Amino acid sequence: MSSYSVTAASPAQKWLAGTLVIAYALITIMPLLWIIATGFKSPSDAIAYPPKVTFEPTLEGYVNLFTTRTRVTPETLEQLGEPTTWYDRIVRQYDMVIAGPSRFGERFLNSVIIGFGSTFLSVFLGTLAAYAFSRFKVPLKDDLLFFVLSTRMMPPIAVAIPIFLMFRTLGLSDTHAGMILLYTAVNLSLAVWLLKGFIDEIPREYEEAALIDGYTRFQAFYKVVLPQAATGIASTAIFCLIFAWNEYAFAVLLTSGNAQTAPPFIPTIIGVGGQDWPAVAAGATIFLVPVMVFTILLRKHLLRGITFGAVRK
Amino acid sequence: MARIEIRNLRKDFGSFNAVKSSSFVIEDGEFFMLLGPSGCGKTTTLRMIAGLELPTSGEILIDGEEVSQRPASQRDIAFVFQMFALYPHMNVRRNIAYPLVSQGLPNAQVTAKVAEVARILGIEDILNRPVGGLSGGDRQRVALGRAIVRDPKAFLMDEPLGALDAEFRERMAEELRALHDRMGATTVYVTHDQLEAMQMGDKIVVMNHGVVEQFGVPQDIYDWPASLFVADFIGSPPMNVLRFDGAVSPGDGAVTLGDARFDIPALREGANGTLGLGVRPEHIRLDDAAPYRGVVEAVEYLGTTQIVTLDTPHGEIKARTPSDQPVQAGARTGIALDPRRLSLFDTATGRALRSAGNERVLAHG
Repeated sequence: MSSYSVTAASPAQKWLAGTLVIAYALITIMPLLWIIATGFKSPSDAIAYPPKVTFEPTLEGYVNLFTTRTRVTPETLEQLGEPTTWYDRIVRQYDMVIAGPSRFGERFLNSVIIGFGSTFLSVFLGTLAAYAFSRFKVPLKDDLLFFVLSTRMMPPIAVAIPIFLMFRTLGLSDTHAGMILLYTAVNLSLAVWLLKGFIDEIPREYEEAALIDGYTRFQAFYKVVLPQAATGIASTAIFCLIFAWNEYAFAVLLTSGNAQTAPPFIPTIIGVGGQDWPAVAAGATIFLVPVMVFTILLRKHLLRGITFGAVRK
Repeated sequence: MARIEIRNLRKDFGSFNAVKSSSFVIEDGEFFMLLGPSGCGKTTTLRMIAGLELPTSGEILIDGEEVSQRPASQRDIAFVFQMFALYPHMNVRRNIAYPLVSQGLPNAQVTAKVAEVARILGIEDILNRPVGGLSGGDRQRVALGRAIVRDPKAFLMDEPLGALDAEFRERMAEELRALHDRMGATTVYVTHDQLEAMQMGDKIVVMNHGVVEQFGVPQDIYDWPASLFVADFIGSPPMNVLRFDGAVSPGDGAVTLGDARFDIPALREGANGTLGLGVRPEHIRLDDAAPYRGVVEAVEYLGTTQIVTLDTPHGEIKARTPSDQPVQAGARTGIALDPRRLSLFDTATGRALRSAGNERVLAHG
């Protein structure tokens, strides 16, 4: 046996740690994998008991997600002749034809507009506010910061009714602008506090060096401070996006048509005739993609961001 | 290059008064040291010259132009920070080029200037490296490069050697001084290290509690401290002060401590109360014939000299004597002081009394 250092883990410890991490990862990822799998099942496979782990994959769920369909008589079906596309063929098995696209595309686009719009606005305003709080003498700074934080001290849904009435009066109900404003308001306190922490960590000397080098304060801010704060901005953006993207309660309450986001829409896919779980699962899967891509793109920053202060860059 | 004049400069942070009415002049091409203990206002003064802090009142003149309320970017000065403050997201070349880029200089000129500065500082081989992995000395050189690249009116340096280890400090101090001599640039340098100040500076301002205690060339400040603070702060070991009660009047050429009489440079002003007789350790001789007696408490051997700690009727003093002179701890010995090099302080005000010795020095202090 070789001798171990005091701080380095022994092989047995490493092995144990590895096993635990893998086990935990499997447990957490299981529901996700199940949803993704369900999206590719046929409706009967999806509700089969005992649950099916292996099945014949089909795109039925995705076709149902993106289309509206009408049941027709066998005579009409025959008149139509052979289906021309693969998705027509899937639909015809159930004596149905595609009547048109579903609203999923619009709702998904609403989610993208509202989610990314409010994230951008939260991070943009949050960065400016955090910089001011971090660098300038702001009167009543501590009280203001506490006030900003206090907006998060109760669940946002506790103020749902006042917001509902306010939105109705202001004509913001069921509008993109209204939802972006609302999510920005909720996220802003998190953004200000997180970003202030990051900006506090950036030594003032960098900006001062830039001021001396002939740059204005604003130039020093965006040429020197912003690149340094990239880590903080990225991780703040992820947190803001995850909230705005997943938000359900306000979306149900304040949107119905025009500005409805995907979360309240997806459950409505369940349908009237039967419970179309594959279509719901397909919707959930597609809904996951943007956040996953965004998080993976910024992953490097996120890891640094959530351990900030502990690990010196 | 420029002459910098500071007139009645004052800075308050809320109710805290960081700098109280400072005035001094930095001549064109001087290597000027702002010296003092931490919290004495030296860095604040430097930052006001730079434009990183705006003074509460007072004037800063660069080449006769009043700039105290102007932003840093319009003062045409360069600043070297203690932690260097190299832009971490840029490589060495871009760091050095950055002040030129802000002036909108054409690329070819920027490249040429950066190359020239890199050659002067001997950092041509690291130009394309990121600043993250550089050694302390190289960071220091890059910071200097960023300062000298655009020929500013003056260089301001805030403890630039503070972040380096001892071995490197020595070398960088020499490099800095050599660089200054070659460029002849007005340099204002903040330090708390009196040795560094004496070694490198043409002139020194000693500050304490936001007040300029003394202003002059290193030798004058060392030989003729204007106050008890300066006497104690400068020199290692510091100036000895023998405290005694007495009265002196203008024209006196001697003081009496107990039974002993010490000749001093003729006084130009009088005082009474508790006085302090100041003497540098190297101006004390151990002389058995001398009437003033003390007991040797300890001897520290330093190679060519030794520091002898003596207990006298007026407190403990340290003498620097040649180490070939044998001294035994516990021995009683006579103590003689060099009469041409003594200062007399009024301990109530802390100020040195003007005398034939220091009147030339104190006139502009």
